[in-house]
Amino acid sequence: MQKFLSSWWGIPLSAQFGLLVITVYLLLVALAPWLAPFGETEILANAYEPWSSTYWLGTDSLGRDMLSRIIYGARNTVGIALIATLLAFLIGGLLGLLAATVGGVLDQLLSRMVDVIMAIPSLIFALLMLTIVGTSATSLVLVIALLDSTKVFRLARSVAQSIVVMDFVEAARLRGEGRWYLMRHEILPNVSAPLIAEFGLRFCFVFLFISTLSFLGLGTQPPAADWGSMVRDNATLISFGDITPLLPALAIALLTVAINFVVDWKLHAASGLKD
Amino acid sequence: MDSVLWSVGGWTHDRNNVYELFMGSIAMKAILIMVLQRLSLGFLTLFVVSVIIFSAVELLPGDLAQEILGQSATPETVAAFRAELGLDKPAVQRYGQWLFNVASGDFGHSLANGRAISELLASRVGNTLFLAAYAAIIAVPLSLILGILTALYRNSWFDRSVNVLTLSSISFPEFFIAYILILAFAVKIPLFPSLANIYPDTPLGDMLYRAALPVMTLVMVVVAHMMRMTRAAIINVLASPYVEMARLKGLSPFRVIVKHALPNALAPIINVIALNLAYLVVGVVVVEVVFVYPGLGQLLVDSVSKRDVTVVQAVSLIFAATFILLNLVADVLAIVTNPRLLNPR
Repeated sequence: MQKFLSSWWGIPLSAQFGLLVITVYLLLVALAPWLAPFGETEILANAYEPWSSTYWLGTDSLGRDMLSRIIYGARNTVGIALIATLLAFLIGGLLGLLAATVGGVLDQLLSRMVDVIMAIPSLIFALLMLTIVGTSATSLVLVIALLDSTKVFRLARSVAQSIVVMDFVEAARLRGEGRWYLMRHEILPNVSAPLIAEFGLRFCFVFLFISTLSFLGLGTQPPAADWGSMVRDNATLISFGDITPLLPALAIALLTVAINFVVDWKLHAASGLKD
Repeated sequence: MDSVLWSVGGWTHDRNNVYELFMGSIAMKAILIMVLQRLSLGFLTLFVVSVIIFSAVELLPGDLAQEILGQSATPETVAAFRAELGLDKPAVQRYGQWLFNVASGDFGHSLANGRAISELLASRVGNTLFLAAYAAIIAVPLSLILGILTALYRNSWFDRSVNVLTLSSISFPEFFIAYILILAFAVKIPLFPSLANIYPDTPLGDMLYRAALPVMTLVMVVVAHMMRMTRAAIINVLASPYVEMARLKGLSPFRVIVKHALPNALAPIINVIALNLAYLVVGVVVVEVVFVYPGLGQLLVDSVSKRDVTVVQAVSLIFAATFILLNLVADVLAIVTNPRLLNPR
């Protein structure tokens, strides 16, 4: 505990704030049913009730409790973004390592495919794919994971390429180890650091991207609570000067700022700069 | 500098000029080859992307004709309709036909209401370009000035506050910025309209006024990126020996940055400007939806939720082509303005 406290005070203020916010969000995701005063889709009162002691943040366009939906929204919004990012890293990382280890035609093929996908703006590509597969949470996760895996692929491939030519990999190859062993035990441990550093940034990107698509009505489908679509559904309140619809958007912004703070601190620490 | 040294060394000016001309033509040739390579690569990408967008229809579960006519249609009518749409021909032939039609301005018909897509696009393309250009005209000079100023006065309170501001506007979703602006400048202080209603016969002055809030949103998002990249690129160059030299000669900090650092930082800056202009063309999607602005983005989002594939195809093609072409222009400009390529040793 003492050790934890002493290292905690060594962190810059912005990173402390970031870590604190991320912890709160993770708690929300884990404990939503116990924290929320009402159910996610329960219709309780008239539409657009003002803030009161029963409904702390008022009710939404269908008369559901705003606060409860914001709490449940953490699950859908953060959860989906987390799954999509993990999937993107799994696909992109695996293919990137494979391309670097095998090389040759496979490498060329994968790299050119990635080039083409990256030449199309990702929002447009996502919209095109969602038209084909239809809008649902599952297709959203798959489409975004595929799109984002291209960026992970590039990073994983370029880092792995500099590892593949090293002597210890050559030694393992001469020892007669299989391709899978090389990737898993020789290369992966050496590329994981930059990949983990990239994870925070990619998560931010995916999270904002999913919120945007949900805001456009193409992500999580009703009645599931989701921060992006909550802003859209209640946007009319803004023209009456009510800030309630902005709270889910604020929740999105707060998390991305927090993650950026933590990533900034990590990158700064890794670069060895002293200020 | 060079020519002085040469003449001191006993060489005639003539020979020096011939030498420079000779090296100059080699440089021009190298630049030309690089530009041509980049152009052909760009058009290849454009071709592949058009193939992908065309195949979107092929990937659609079920049959396009069935989709339009509905489940109740008899097999005979479906077959007849397939022939009418040309769906019975091989895919390659249909792709050629589609590309030819698109090139001559015919994008086919909407699945949802049967209207000609070119008719749907007509006013919207102009509106979207107007919005993007309006934002770009404000954003590009603003971000260059901010970037140079923050590089000049780096680590001052001015630099720090601009830094915090831009970092947070990068972290915010666009619709958040848009609604904050609506709340501030349309509801609390009613300066601008919250909805950007624009009709084909709206006069320019009115258009500029009505599009103010959408443009402000776009500018905030784009300036953040461009300014940070400009600052980073200039600071990067400032660390190099020849800038140290210029500083030691006693030049003013402003002159060092504008005359010595900026030309070499230009390539990354041009790239990021083009990337952001390309982003603007796409970023308008969200902004158009928030402000109910009648542009391509809104049409795209509507069509995706209606699964109107042919319209989505047409709009995606326009967006993707603009994006690729802008990146292409940026790459070519970066090659052409690179001082190291223009003045070879």
